[in-house]
Amino acid sequence: MIVRTVRAARKHLVLAFGVLVLLYLFLPVFVVVAFSFNDPAGRFNFSWSGFTLDSWRDPCSVPGMCDSVLLSLQIGVIATLVATLLGTLLAFGLVRHSFRGRAGTSLLVFLPMATPEVVMGASLLTLFVNAGVATGFWTIVIAHILFTVSFVVVTVKARLAGFDSRLEEAAMDLYADEWQTFRRITLPLAAPGIFAGALLAFALSFDDFIITNFNSGNTITFPMYVWGAAQRGVPPEVNVIGTGMFLLALLLVGGAEVVRKARTGASTG
Amino acid sequence: MTAVLPREAPPTEPAAEQEAEARAARRRPPWLLLLPGLLWLALFFLVPMLTLASTSLQTGSLQTGYSLTWTWSTYSDAWSTYGDQLVRSFLYAGSATVLALLIGYPLAYAIAFKAGRWRNLMLVLVIAPFFTSFLIRTLAWKIVLADQGWVVGALQWIGLLGENGRLLATPAAVVLGLTYNFLPFMVLPLYASLEKIDPRLLEAATDLYATPARAFWAVTWPLSIPGVVAGTLLTFIPAAGDYVNVQFLGNPGSQMIGNVIQSRFLTVLDYPVAAALSITVMLTVLVLVLSYVRRVGAKELL
Amino acid sequence: MPDGGPRRLRDLRLAGLRKTFGDFVAVDDLDLTIPAGSFFALLGPSGCGKTTTLRMVAGLELPTSGQVLLGDEDISTLRPYKRPVNTVFQSYALFPHLTIEDNVAFGLRRRGVKDTKRAVGEMLELVELSGFGRRKPGQLSGGQQQRVAVARALINEPEVLLLDEPLGALDLKLRRQMQLELKSIQDRVGSTFVHVTHDQEEAMTMADTIAVMHSGRVEQLGTPRDLYERPVSRYVANFLGQSNCLDGTVVDRDGADTVVEVHGVRLALPGRHASPGRPQSFGVRPEKAVVLASSATPDAALRNGVPGTVMDVSFTGLSTQYVVRTSWGQELAVFAQNDGADAAAHRGDEVVVAWRPEHAFPLREESPAGASEPAPALATAAP
Repeated sequence: MIVRTVRAARKHLVLAFGVLVLLYLFLPVFVVVAFSFNDPAGRFNFSWSGFTLDSWRDPCSVPGMCDSVLLSLQIGVIATLVATLLGTLLAFGLVRHSFRGRAGTSLLVFLPMATPEVVMGASLLTLFVNAGVATGFWTIVIAHILFTVSFVVVTVKARLAGFDSRLEEAAMDLYADEWQTFRRITLPLAAPGIFAGALLAFALSFDDFIITNFNSGNTITFPMYVWGAAQRGVPPEVNVIGTGMFLLALLLVGGAEVVRKARTGASTG
Repeated sequence: MTAVLPREAPPTEPAAEQEAEARAARRRPPWLLLLPGLLWLALFFLVPMLTLASTSLQTGSLQTGYSLTWTWSTYSDAWSTYGDQLVRSFLYAGSATVLALLIGYPLAYAIAFKAGRWRNLMLVLVIAPFFTSFLIRTLAWKIVLADQGWVVGALQWIGLLGENGRLLATPAAVVLGLTYNFLPFMVLPLYASLEKIDPRLLEAATDLYATPARAFWAVTWPLSIPGVVAGTLLTFIPAAGDYVNVQFLGNPGSQMIGNVIQSRFLTVLDYPVAAALSITVMLTVLVLVLSYVRRVGAKELL
Repeated sequence: MPDGGPRRLRDLRLAGLRKTFGDFVAVDDLDLTIPAGSFFALLGPSGCGKTTTLRMVAGLELPTSGQVLLGDEDISTLRPYKRPVNTVFQSYALFPHLTIEDNVAFGLRRRGVKDTKRAVGEMLELVELSGFGRRKPGQLSGGQQQRVAVARALINEPEVLLLDEPLGALDLKLRRQMQLELKSIQDRVGSTFVHVTHDQEEAMTMADTIAVMHSGRVEQLGTPRDLYERPVSRYVANFLGQSNCLDGTVVDRDGADTVVEVHGVRLALPGRHASPGRPQSFGVRPEKAVVLASSATPDAALRNGVPGTVMDVSFTGLSTQYVVRTSWGQELAVFAQNDGADAAAHRGDEVVVAWRPEHAFPLREESPAGASEPAPALATAAP
């Protein structure tokens, strides 16, 4: 009897701990969402004073914030498009072909992920300074493309690694030439990985602060806005944006899962 | 009689030649696929590293301009002036990494072995909080760890904190923030590694009289080492260079090297020292990665 | 590519076909003619080169040297999509993101056929999967996926259909069912089927002609009956069923027979083989031999007999299997069909293993390169 209860407790102990950790992970999110409904007494939104929907009704009433969000979106879209393209090409090259410099190329792609953001941001700054290029919108885009490419490569590579090459052989056996095989078989099957890579790149770009900080000049992205606001006083509208991002991302992830299930008709992941 | 298809151009090469060609083509790097990405990386990653190194050896100022004078003393000056911050950074990052491992391993284990059909959901829940902005989340911790907050209150009630004890603006808060922010980077590689373990190995161990604890240390832990290494690196490296957590949750006395680099570059505009410090951080990180990788093998990480 | 005109069927010929991967020779100068419209099996264990051969016919591998010919046309270097050859893959290789309909219609659509609905419907009916068209491969069982793979290939009316161990992943009962189905489909459709397998029973059930492959070469080619009753080597004898193999020396000629002495026992082998003094091996199938009590009067027809002691008797339902140890330590197997009679002998009994001379078949001496067991004369010092 005792052994059985101990065993049951042990079995669920780890799981219970896991759930606790998840709650811990979500704690700040709850706070963020909660405080988006706060009616702050002073400039700083740090203690609860009253419930209001004002911030939600008119989030852009705070000067400069929505502009920064828009800017972050613009940068995110451009950086994602380019990084996804470069990264997907690299991933295909690395997975499908075995050539002599493959290990070295892999290492080069991996290095940016192993580099602290401070160092990357700083080094890019020295590049721009030495080249006489003024920092601003385009240097941010360049920086974002740089550090997201590696993540796209890793994501797409993971998807390609599980790829059954027999499928392409089957396509060619069934009269599809190389281009048709790529278009009808390879690409559709790799698409989820590419999409995941793009999503990841966008998320990283939108949320990036440190690298952007070094290379932005006078351009204010959303994270830069929050950084500045932290000194002055963070309005609840910022929390509204944060909550919005969270919900949107959840929607996207949920949607992607629904699409995936529909495509393969599979019932489990 | 058997009709023969008309021979179409091109004339078929002997199979041997074509085959040898195909094999040679596979050995050649697929330049078209690699070049765009590699060029970008070379131009915006490798070259900046060189310019960073070069900047660290330059002297001058923004008004007079900088010139490469190979001033190695910049490094020794930087180390002596900011040695504290350097050490502190690695200390904080190290503590955060250890904490993340202690908290993250059981979570990864739970998802891999105990979650059953909730597995995917739990994985999403691990990542989901990070859909909110990094800065906003860290600011939220300011609220949670506030002096009047319930966390501090609870700790005071237990006795871990003194009457006037606080969490904010202490190293503890910084480490807590670092741990929190990089937890997924620890959990996900750990999960990936644990998930690959064949549960039948554990069954075999218990069949051979191992207690659950023994089975864990003899089977699960060694097989999860690649995940531990990857998670540790992915947590430690960004944590070492972070300065946001210090800014929001720490005090001027708990500055990390990231803060110094940031201020030297953007506020004080002392480029050579800042660059020297950046290179120092980078090299330390590289040494760490290489020594880890040598012990475990690079294949797992790449 | 076939354009749907009058069906033309040509013989498939492999001439001096060779494939090496670095130092490893996968296929070693293969010469084979597969008659048009036949059901042909390539039989052998894994690693013998049969799958590589198949892939060269499909165009998924390029031969290192040699040719693949359809009639007089050299297709050795043609891309797979230019050959009138289709493949049923071992893992089915169904496109997971397309419906069954789209999978089956894939080949037709790539060739420009616009209206595929009727053909797909007919094909699905042929493999008994009507109504499954809208589903995805992930929703089908292994057996159903296998049938889709066959449909997908056959719909293109290829001259040659290649099957790469397609039944390997199915359970026994399903496999038997599919063997018969495929055979009847081939009858109806008339294309040349080339079936690669390591399962000898499967090959014998389905094929008109079998080529037994070993280390990249064809060891023996023939009908299932030829190969079973008259294997030319130990390898073939033991690959298709079981065989007792006896090694001896020729001592005499007796009319049309050759007399071979095996450890002092004189045995008759029909036909003229090696000259006196030379070594000669031969085999006898267990089901062709009988166990007689030592004291029994020998039957005139069962002229060959080897004395020994019964080591084991096993009742397997269909037969009783005896293991008899000879005076020189070799163990001979005898299968006695279960005709209701009691066991002829028991463990420890002294018996004679007897057979009719015409049931024995000569085995060639193994050359060092192709031997699965070293020939006695070539035994080298063991490590």
